[in-house]
Amino acid sequence: MTHFESELAALKQKLLLMASHAESAVNNAIKALVDRDDDLARKVAEGDDKIDHLEQEVDAACIALLAKAPLATQLRLITSAMKIARDLERVGDEATTIARRSLDLSQEPQLKAYVDIPRMATMAMAMLNDALGAFVNGDTSRARAVIPRDKDVDQLNKQLYRELASFMIEKPTTITRCLNLMTISKALERIADHAKNVAEDVVYLYEARDIRHHGATAA
Amino acid sequence: MAAITLPADPVDLVTPPGLLSAAPLIEAKNVELFYGSSRALKGIDITIKEKLVTAFIGPSGCGKSTFLRCFNRMNDLIDNVRITGRCLIGGEDIYAKDVDVIELRKRVGMVFQRSNPFPKSIYDNIAYGLRLHGTKDKSEIDGVVESSLRGAALWDEVKDRLHSSALGLSGGQQQRLCIARAIAIRPEIILMDEPASALDPLATVKIEELILELKKEFTIVIVTHNMQQATRISDYTAFFYIGELIEYDLTTKIFTNPAKKQTEDYVTGRFG
Repeated sequence: MTHFESELAALKQKLLLMASHAESAVNNAIKALVDRDDDLARKVAEGDDKIDHLEQEVDAACIALLAKAPLATQLRLITSAMKIARDLERVGDEATTIARRSLDLSQEPQLKAYVDIPRMATMAMAMLNDALGAFVNGDTSRARAVIPRDKDVDQLNKQLYRELASFMIEKPTTITRCLNLMTISKALERIADHAKNVAEDVVYLYEARDIRHHGATAA
Repeated sequence: MAAITLPADPVDLVTPPGLLSAAPLIEAKNVELFYGSSRALKGIDITIKEKLVTAFIGPSGCGKSTFLRCFNRMNDLIDNVRITGRCLIGGEDIYAKDVDVIELRKRVGMVFQRSNPFPKSIYDNIAYGLRLHGTKDKSEIDGVVESSLRGAALWDEVKDRLHSSALGLSGGQQQRLCIARAIAIRPEIILMDEPASALDPLATVKIEELILELKKEFTIVIVTHNMQQATRISDYTAFFYIGELIEYDLTTKIFTNPAKKQTEDYVTGRFG
């Protein structure tokens, strides 16, 4: 392994470190919501700085690596790393949103049993996990398989919106809680979008094919 | 969203702390060099840190090679050269009257653009300097020949033909032999004047990787015309232009955020 290759390996490691922080932030935010655990929710919000800082580190490292005039796969790795870092940073932001809304929600009695939200979280996190696994192993078929799953999460989000809208119509005192839950649902839907973005970047990285914005033909 | 705390200096995010804390080894103070009446170096001040790679870049004729040669007094060999200012290595003025130039060149080795092995065997190319400096013990010489060739990443390629002529090696191998010859006498500093410019890309990669290994033990100052080479191997970069040191900073800074427009124009290929 040349020195440059070991620098690229270190970049990948940093990205994975960032991913692990983002993943645990989302998992903890959902746990804080379900368990009504305010301490955990606050911890998630505070931990976001770490992910933000890692994004800056990844970007700075990428700029330094680009200055060394990398070519072909290495060039794609560095530019993809910058994009993946941004998506992971956004995932961290969504985790913070979920944690903050959980803090609001725990001020009032629980509106309904949380079934769809943890399910959406599981689906979105599985997508992110697969996209990152594909990144590590260069497995583009695994990355491609992530993309259509975004629709399932979108579907659940819409379904939850309809349900919460009917709650609000029936009983306006639930509006605050419903709006908080809608925001959480939207945050999870966005996390799935970010996972899809990462998957698309992985295909670009290993196949040099840009499959974004191709609708149903993408996968 | 959480408030983002910006680090004080974003460059620090990728600067290994060792680069900033490394001890100074070479210091030039207001160095001026004249070829006859023509002033080739204009008041150069620089501090070069130990066990790092420092690259000198700049267009042809900017004085970078001339300046490099000040550190082992190679310019003494040219008639009509006059140097003013001070050049210190480890705090000692290398132009002081009592300095033994042979001893100085033992401390400060040099590798040139064109590999210049002696017309002797591979083994003798390395043993020569040792014998010159008084080493007689054969087993000691054998040991140093092997460790130097290993240090120059050449051992595996030549171990079965140590007594064949060095001139039968490829260009890249010859250059690595010259590096092995330089490190055999354990200098503190290795000056390299475009060591890879006459080599093909693969041989260049080998030399670059070697330089990154060598900096664990030696302080390296390298003149290069290849910008990417400077970014790949150096920790600090000095940009020279018409005899002046225009900018000297961390290589990352020089190539991503230089302070002077002239530097940016040069590193991005707009002139020179």
